[in-house]
Amino acid sequence: MITYIIRRVLYSIPVLFVSTYLSFIFVSSAGDPLANLRQNPKVSQNTLNLEIHKNHLDQNIFLRYFTWIWDVIQHGFGRSLLNSLELWPQITRTFGHTAEVVILAEVIAIIIGCAVGMYSAIRQYSFFDYSFTTLSFLGFAMPTFFLALILQTLFVDQYNGSFHILAGKRIFYTFGINNPGASDSWFTWDRLQHIGLPVMTLATISFALYSRYMRASMLDVINSDYVRTARAKGVPEWKVIIRHVVPNALIPVVTVTALNLGGILGGAIVTETVFTLDGFGSWFVEALTNGDMYAVMSYLVITAGIIILFNLIADILYGVLDPRIRYE
Amino acid sequence: MSESTVEQPGVGPAPTGPTAEASAAEGLELAVRSQWSYARSRFFRHRLALMGLFGLAVIFLSGAFAHWVAPFPYDGVGFTTILKPPSWTHLFGTDELGRDELSRIIYGIRTSTEVGVFVALASTVIGVILGAIAGYYGSWIDNLLMRLTDLFLTLPFLAILLTAAKLLGTANQWQIVALFTFFFWTGIARIVRGVFLSLREKEYVEAAKASGASDSRIMFRHILPNTLGPIVVNATLAIGTAILTESALSFLGFGLKPPTASLGLLIANGENFPFSWWLTITPGLVIILVVLCVNLVGDGLRDALDPTQRRMRA
Repeated sequence: MITYIIRRVLYSIPVLFVSTYLSFIFVSSAGDPLANLRQNPKVSQNTLNLEIHKNHLDQNIFLRYFTWIWDVIQHGFGRSLLNSLELWPQITRTFGHTAEVVILAEVIAIIIGCAVGMYSAIRQYSFFDYSFTTLSFLGFAMPTFFLALILQTLFVDQYNGSFHILAGKRIFYTFGINNPGASDSWFTWDRLQHIGLPVMTLATISFALYSRYMRASMLDVINSDYVRTARAKGVPEWKVIIRHVVPNALIPVVTVTALNLGGILGGAIVTETVFTLDGFGSWFVEALTNGDMYAVMSYLVITAGIIILFNLIADILYGVLDPRIRYE
Repeated sequence: MSESTVEQPGVGPAPTGPTAEASAAEGLELAVRSQWSYARSRFFRHRLALMGLFGLAVIFLSGAFAHWVAPFPYDGVGFTTILKPPSWTHLFGTDELGRDELSRIIYGIRTSTEVGVFVALASTVIGVILGAIAGYYGSWIDNLLMRLTDLFLTLPFLAILLTAAKLLGTANQWQIVALFTFFFWTGIARIVRGVFLSLREKEYVEAAKASGASDSRIMFRHILPNTLGPIVVNATLAIGTAILTESALSFLGFGLKPPTASLGLLIANGENFPFSWWLTITPGLVIILVVLCVNLVGDGLRDALDPTQRRMRA
């Protein structure tokens, strides 16, 4: 097991390098980072050459990658090419917001999704099962941004009479991460009102996936031999489910959660844009629209790193949770 | 059930000529039924899948013949019909330039389904070829391909597509198709590779080898037909994913550009007019409907093509 973990960790390091190297080549060769400067007639060729030299744009692309990596480690992704603002403070700020929304949404989706999946499997082909199967099919077909827009429209200001106000109090806000002047801390009432709708959007989309997987994996286990043995030796049904079925059915869900992470981050991009949330995803879209290539790169590298990390954790957890799996 | 299984001349290649006579002569009333005829009859008994197929047929045909089906041209502006709610002349209302929303949606369906279908086709072809080569030959080719697909799995999918769309430009749907195909083929390649890996050890492959069949013949004539189930299912589901991704890309402003009508663009445009709800709701519902139908068909195919499932669905 230890050897497996060490090998798995060692294997993810080159993957991280190659993945970031490819996106670095791709981004830096497809887009001209100094395009804005070149178009400006007031900027002389001398200034341009100086800018090129200062940003190491005259180096060979392979060397430039290492210069860039070194910069990433030393200076936290350096400064934006557009406005010379430091990237690291922006990254930590926006990333914190996204992490809060994504983690909340995931926790809700996993808890409700697993609960619904379990019950659907225990009462297969019941009314409950059919209703949630229908719902999850709708969830799979639902574009994230459309769900976000619908929720936003339901709670938008001008539509009086819809349920954005309860007993004279506002429940949800439809844009932003805080009211002006409110503190930027994690669990204030104001913050929860603002992130309520984005969390609902992301949770609904992931819920559809988790409940289906949980249901399928529960059914697999329920029909297996050792469960029949447990029943045959007289274990009460509730105990069969809780002790024998659920722990084993949860194992594949671990992998699905990790593999779904990329999708959730994509969903976060769209959701944050709709709700104009000051998150990592909307920051990325803004940087991409403005052509701020170093900011785009930092987003790609950080998210790729997170996905690789979570795949690694899921793989290791899988081995720990399922002792039948032996790695050579 | 056994009665109906035996007597279904309409389904599958009915036994004709010498085979039928021979079995009749032996007193066996067994119809020869291939795996495909089982699959077909299973699929046609799957009510939801049939509904999905019907819905898809209607949607695809209206998209394909958009210029006949659509009541108005997709770019026909009208100054007297600006932001009108749904009425009998304009079933889904009109937008801020007085264009008929229904016609724009029908043209949008054409664009979206074009993207979905061609991405699924192209990535399936590439994925099947590369997956087959990797699974059949193994060794370093297999290693290389698997490491490559591992790499693709770790990429933040939507962000990479957005970046690529921005940097390479997406002037029309064919560039989108090319871009999506580049990132979509890995899923199918992994599946095909897995099946090939297990099937290449089978006796019939050994028999084909012994009788001197070439590698390509073994791969595409002997093994490939046995992998078609998962391939077809995944290609179908890829249509839905591609349509959803394209709409997200266009919605964020990195996909197709106006005046092209794409379902994602229509929603993005509708977002600017929150009081004209029909501009947001109708294209959104159409996307849901298209993807729902695709997924229902895909699910029906998965149930039908599973060879371990001989049982007929009542």
